[in-house]
Amino acid sequence: MLPSQLKPEHFNGYPPLARKLVVEKLPVLQTVPLSFLPSLLREAIEYDYKFPAERLALEKELANLASLSAEQREEWFREFAQIKLATALERFDWVNQPAQFVEQLSSHLWTTHQQDAFRKAATEYFDRLTRAIPAVEPEIPRVGITIVGQGVSASEYPLFRKLRPHGAFYTKVDAKNGLEVLLEFAAQRAKAHPVPYAHWYIDGGKEVAHDPSLTSVSYAALEPARNLLLAKVQKQSDSPGMGPENLRTAMAALRPSDLQLDKTADPVLSRFDLRVLTEGSGTQIFSTTFAQWSAREALRRAQPLTLVVRFASRQRQRPMNEMLTVTKESIGDDPAGSLVDADMGAYYNWLNQQRLSGAARSSFIAWFEGHETAIAIGPAVPRGTVSNSPVDVRKVLEWTV
Amino acid sequence: MKHDLSLLTGRALSWNRREFLRDAAGLTLGSSLFSKSLFARSGVLQKDRKVVVITFGGGARDQETFAPEGQENIPNLLKELIPQSSFFTQVVNRGILGHYVATASLATGVYETINNFASLPPESPTVFEYFRKDLRRPSSDAWVVAPSNGFNRIGESSHRSYGMGQGARVILPKHLLTAATKGSPDYEHLLRDNYETPFFAPEVAGNEVVLEQLRELLKLSVNDFKEHALTLSSPDELSVYIVRQLMKQVAPSLLWITMHDIDIAHAGAYSLYVDGIRRTDRLCLDVWKAIQDEPEYSGKTTLFILPDFGRDSDEDSAGNGFQHHRTGDAASRTTWMMALGPGIREGVVHDRRVDSTDLVPTIGAIMGFSAALSQGRPVSELL
Repeated sequence: MLPSQLKPEHFNGYPPLARKLVVEKLPVLQTVPLSFLPSLLREAIEYDYKFPAERLALEKELANLASLSAEQREEWFREFAQIKLATALERFDWVNQPAQFVEQLSSHLWTTHQQDAFRKAATEYFDRLTRAIPAVEPEIPRVGITIVGQGVSASEYPLFRKLRPHGAFYTKVDAKNGLEVLLEFAAQRAKAHPVPYAHWYIDGGKEVAHDPSLTSVSYAALEPARNLLLAKVQKQSDSPGMGPENLRTAMAALRPSDLQLDKTADPVLSRFDLRVLTEGSGTQIFSTTFAQWSAREALRRAQPLTLVVRFASRQRQRPMNEMLTVTKESIGDDPAGSLVDADMGAYYNWLNQQRLSGAARSSFIAWFEGHETAIAIGPAVPRGTVSNSPVDVRKVLEWTV
Repeated sequence: MKHDLSLLTGRALSWNRREFLRDAAGLTLGSSLFSKSLFARSGVLQKDRKVVVITFGGGARDQETFAPEGQENIPNLLKELIPQSSFFTQVVNRGILGHYVATASLATGVYETINNFASLPPESPTVFEYFRKDLRRPSSDAWVVAPSNGFNRIGESSHRSYGMGQGARVILPKHLLTAATKGSPDYEHLLRDNYETPFFAPEVAGNEVVLEQLRELLKLSVNDFKEHALTLSSPDELSVYIVRQLMKQVAPSLLWITMHDIDIAHAGAYSLYVDGIRRTDRLCLDVWKAIQDEPEYSGKTTLFILPDFGRDSDEDSAGNGFQHHRTGDAASRTTWMMALGPGIREGVVHDRRVDSTDLVPTIGAIMGFSAALSQGRPVSELL
């Protein structure tokens, strides 16, 4: 089927809000190329479970498409229209399985050497979209906080090297109550600006006591879901004829109830957890990867005003086949390697925050938990500086934000 | 504009490598206009030449290798190998960025489009088939040592003019170990397979043949092999151990080694990715030393070291930095290559663009066979 053949009843399988959204814009969706539309539907079909920032972005994108004249739309999608698709893709049920279609499209693009052309078309589309829909400044400047090194007693590793040129590097931070101070700071912002899903606390280990105003996700809390997922993967892998594409498709089809994630009161957050575990490579086995990928996805999707990410020690490296087998035996941690992972994770957290609107006013702090080292970046912080003066975490916050 | 920017970024990567190498390793800029031939410079007849290829896999970025902050991870490349090499700063892979299909493209000189995760042979003739057919060499003269079961078909193509029985013999050290140990848990740290899809690896049959390789070709008892394997920490170390045995016992003229430890990056743990780079750096020097130590190789072997491709840059929001190679951006497509050996000019850096597919015709020109169906061109600076 081609987009021009779409009818409202084709969307009967969509959740109610998603269906309403798409059917209202059906006339415009009928005019865009098949190489583009399923990637839009992949977002739309999840509309009921998306964060407010994502819903708004999707609504604006559809409204923008509807506002374009026929000539403008042709210009916007000219390069997408030149992508040649296989008949099998046209016959695929891309309306109800847009994510799976996009997987197959990606494979088709690589195989037919059209990946660069598609990449160029996509980049130009998003450049146009960015120009057409100016970013909205956040109501308060964003603040990112990353805490690394939980459980590391001493380390000579040169932390925050990639971040230091962008801010002030502190070498004499009084660590006393540092974690509590940072979480309390986040909670105060959440109470003062009570926007849904705008203030997050992600822990790569077991979450510590925190104010319920924070949206929280942790590796430890998701252990039952992780174990269920690994068991399913193991079972699928042992099935005859199971290949990586089939497995990926099976993972994409999982629902929160399959991993018993539907027991939480928040269906939006349970979908977020599901996606982190099923789409993030390594999130099921390494807590450092879980923390970094969760932060990336939270920033990309929820666009929080406040994000606290605390890395914990991950398990030591084991053979992949062994790691994928649920076991109660203690494996042992790798605190030194985890610190290196978290250091890179802190850099990625800052980069991803800077991709959001209001970057010029945003602030970022990374701190070596229980130690004297921290980096602070913000509009008022001199870049590439070092402070060897005694200071506490509260003061670093005060000077940065 | 973004497309053009990506090309510019590729050139910027090349420029950074060149400047860094010039400063750190004291290399000079090269030119393709050389007066003497490889034979005149080396004194080695084509029929006596051997070639060893190492793919520095699976994919490492400049930030962790040739950029200032990455140089601590490649001390052996920088201090030992590059000063003896001709170094190419801009090797571009325009094909599919999956490890098996990219390695197949390197080995055929054609951008292959086979399924990266299926047990399929390349569609175009491999360098091993050209070599054996043109030079009438026996199967024992071309070998591939590959990291995972997924590479078991890399030795010969499905091309109707070549193919079955005309390619390289492939040895999969982990498969060998599995056969020798019958899957004992003590050895599992060496049996890891494809990092990109850790859930799946094609099965390879024929343990009897594998164990025969061990005894007859490598002259290793199962017990000696098992005992030595236990002292190793990674699959690539196991591969290099097998390579040394192969060089000593069989001495093939064309030997291809595919490293893979670095690809642990897909699990998202940066420290493990960097550990993989450091290990691969050390193992490359080990192979070079083995070439110097073995009389069958010393003084007549050209060594090529090159990644199959890079990894995504931190700047591309579509990716997740070092973790994957999915965006197709300049950082993931632009890599490097070094060549060492008799007649190869030492300490020279070339920053013109070279294509991944140029490797096979270059090997052909060195060894004296024609890579007739390759899409690449011989790298004139090495001839």
